[in-house]
Amino acid sequence: MWLAVIALGVLAGASGLLLGFAAVRFKVEGDPIVDKIDAILPQTQCGQCGFAGCRPYAEAIAAAEADINQCPPGGENGIIALAELLGRDPKPLNPENGVEKPKMLAVIDEQNCIGCTLCIQACPVDAILGAAKHMHTVIAKECTGCELCVAPCPVDCIHMTPIAQTIATWKWTYPIAETAVKPPVAEVAA
Amino acid sequence: MSGLFAFHGGLKTVRHKSESNQRPIQLSALSERLVVPLRQHIGAIAKPLVQAGERVLKGQLIGQPDGYISAAVHAPSSGTVLAVDQQPVPHPSGLPDWCVTLETDGEERWIEREPVAYQTLHHSAVRNLLRAAGVVGLGGAAFPSAVKLNLSGRSERLGTLILNGAECEPWITCDDRLMRERAAGIVAGLRIMVHLLDPREVLIGIEDDKPEAIAALNAACAGTGYRVRSVPTRYPSGSVKQLVKLLTGKETPVDGLPVDVGVQCFNVATAYAVHRAIDCGEPMLSRIVTVTGRVRRPQNFEALLGTPFAELIAQSGGYQDGVERLIMGGPMMGFALYDDRVPLTKAANCILAAGIENLTPEQPALPCIRCGACADVCPADLLPQQLYWHARAKEFDKAQDYHLFSCIECGCCSYVCPSRIPLVQFYRYAKNEIWAQEKEKQKAELARQRHQARLERLEREKREREAKLRQKAPPRADAPAEKSSVETAVARAKAAAPAAAEAAETPAAND
Repeated sequence: MWLAVIALGVLAGASGLLLGFAAVRFKVEGDPIVDKIDAILPQTQCGQCGFAGCRPYAEAIAAAEADINQCPPGGENGIIALAELLGRDPKPLNPENGVEKPKMLAVIDEQNCIGCTLCIQACPVDAILGAAKHMHTVIAKECTGCELCVAPCPVDCIHMTPIAQTIATWKWTYPIAETAVKPPVAEVAA
Repeated sequence: MSGLFAFHGGLKTVRHKSESNQRPIQLSALSERLVVPLRQHIGAIAKPLVQAGERVLKGQLIGQPDGYISAAVHAPSSGTVLAVDQQPVPHPSGLPDWCVTLETDGEERWIEREPVAYQTLHHSAVRNLLRAAGVVGLGGAAFPSAVKLNLSGRSERLGTLILNGAECEPWITCDDRLMRERAAGIVAGLRIMVHLLDPREVLIGIEDDKPEAIAALNAACAGTGYRVRSVPTRYPSGSVKQLVKLLTGKETPVDGLPVDVGVQCFNVATAYAVHRAIDCGEPMLSRIVTVTGRVRRPQNFEALLGTPFAELIAQSGGYQDGVERLIMGGPMMGFALYDDRVPLTKAANCILAAGIENLTPEQPALPCIRCGACADVCPADLLPQQLYWHARAKEFDKAQDYHLFSCIECGCCSYVCPSRIPLVQFYRYAKNEIWAQEKEKQKAELARQRHQARLERLEREKREREAKLRQKAPPRADAPAEKSSVETAVARAKAAAPAAAEAAETPAAND
C-alpha cells in the first residue's frame, strides 16, 4: 500500500512542479480575447461605439460591458465576425451608434484653412499634417475616415469625400446582380 | 528524348486561327496621337518623367519604374507631349488610368541606340538593361521579365528553361506569325535568357497546329541544342503550369511557381523583345497584335504601344456587320471593352470583334445540377463546383481551402457548364474580395499602430508638462522652516496663479 501512496505522491509532486513551471513559463500577458476582438474591429478609432477607440471597446466587449453591435464602420460583416468569435447570435447594428456607410476620406479645403490645429488634435491616428497658423492637410493614406476632425473645425473647411474608385481598387462584382455582362465564351467544337 | 505528360482536363476548342495567320505581319501606320498608359504591367504604376509641352524622342524614357516589381515606359515615337492625365485604357472596369498622350511628328527620331555585347557584362547589368528597356512578359500577364530572369537567390542550377509558343486560345495568332517570320530573333533572345539563367536544358513548346512555326524554329535552333517540342492542341496548354507539366512532367506546387520545381517559362514574344533590347538597344515600344473576328481583313500588326484600337481595326478594313462585342485577348480569357478608342498596351495580344455566333446566347444561369463536368475539364485539378458554392455563399475561407488561388481563370468550367453558370466570374469576385479584405486588414493594422503611437505620445507629453510645472514651482526644501505651512501654501498659489491663467488662455493647440 505504501508503495502506491509513494508512487502517487511522487506523480502528484512531479505534475505539480510541471504545472507550476508552465504557469510561469507560458504566462499569457493580457487577455487574448481582447486582442482577437480588437483584430476584428476596423481600427477607425471614431468613438461611435461610445468608447475612446477600438481597443477600449474591445476590452468592454470582453468584459461583457458592451454589446457587439455598436460599431458602424465594422458594419454587418464586423458584427457577424464578432458573433462567430464569441459564440453569440448576430444582431442588427444599434442605430443609436450610427449607420453603416461606405468609407470616406477627410479632405481639407486648403484655401479656407486658418491653421488653428484643432483638427490635428482631434485626429486619432495623426493623419493631419500642419502647424499653428499654417495650412493643414490630410495624409490620405493614413486617414481612417472617422470624421472626428469635421466638428472641431471653426471654419468648416473639412469635408468627407467618397473614396474614388481606381483601376487598382476596382473589384469584379457579384455575378448574380450583374445579368447584363456575361463572360465572353466561344462555341465548343463537336 | 522524354515523352509528353498530359495535364488533367482541358478542352478541344474551335481554332479560328486561319482567319488571321495567312497574312504576314504588317507594320501599322503611325498614329497622329499615341496614348501611352503608365500602368501596362503587373506591379506599381510607373512615375511620369515628362510634362505637357515637352518634346520627346522615340525610345525616350517617359515613365520610371517605381519599385522592383514595376516596368519602365518609353515614348513609342518622337513628338510632343500633349498631356499627362487620366485616359480610358483597356481594362474590364472601363475606368481611366494615368497616361502620357503624345502628338507624333512623323519623323521617328530615335534616341541613341547602343547594341550591347551581353557576354562581356555581369548578369545584373544585363538585367538592369532589360529593366530600363521596360521588357515585360508578352504572353498576357505583363510581368517584368528582369525579375523572372533573376535566380541569384537560388542555390541550385535551373533545370529547364521553357519558351512558350503554344498560343492555345482560339483566334490569337500573333505568336504564330512571329515564330514563322522572326524565328532567328526569338532564338537570339533565348540565347540571352540562357546566358542569364544557365539552364540544363532548353525546350520550346508549340502546339501542333502550327507546323510552319515549328519548322521555322527548328531551323533557327539548328546547332544550338535547344529542342522544339510540339504539344497536342488542347486548351489551355499555353498556361504556364500546364505547359510545364506537359513538357517536363513536373507539377508546380499549389502556392508555388514553376521555378520552385526548377523550371522557368517565358513567352516567345518576350524572347524576341529581349533580343531587341540587348542586341539592338531598342526599348519595348511596339508589339505584335492580332486583329481578327468580324473585321474585313483579319491580320497581325506590329503596332506602336499607344495606338488606338480603332485605328488598327480601320487598317484591317473596318468592322463587318454584326459585331456584338469587342474583346481584348481571346474569347476564353479576354474581357469585353467599353470603347474602341483605348490604346494598345504591352499586354494586348489580340483584338477580337466577336459576332453573336462567337458568344453563348444570353440566358440566365440555371441551378447547378452537380453533373461534375467542370471538374472533368479543370486543368488545375480543382473542384469548381465546391469553389462555386463557397464563392456564391461568400464563404471565402472555405473557397480558399479548396485552393481558389490555384484557379487560372481559363474558363473551361464555364464553357462546359450545362447550366451556363458564370463560374469564372464567381472565382474572380471571390479573389477580388479576399484581396480587398487583406488590404483592409493591413490598413487597420496601420491605423492601430498609429493610434497606439499617438496615445503614447500624448502620455509622454503629459508627463513632460507635469515635470516642467514641478520645476517652475518654488522648491519646498529651500522654504524657511519657521514659516507656517499655511503661508507656504499661499505663496505657492500666488506663484502658480499667473502660470495657470496663461495656460488656460493659450489654445490647447500649443500643448
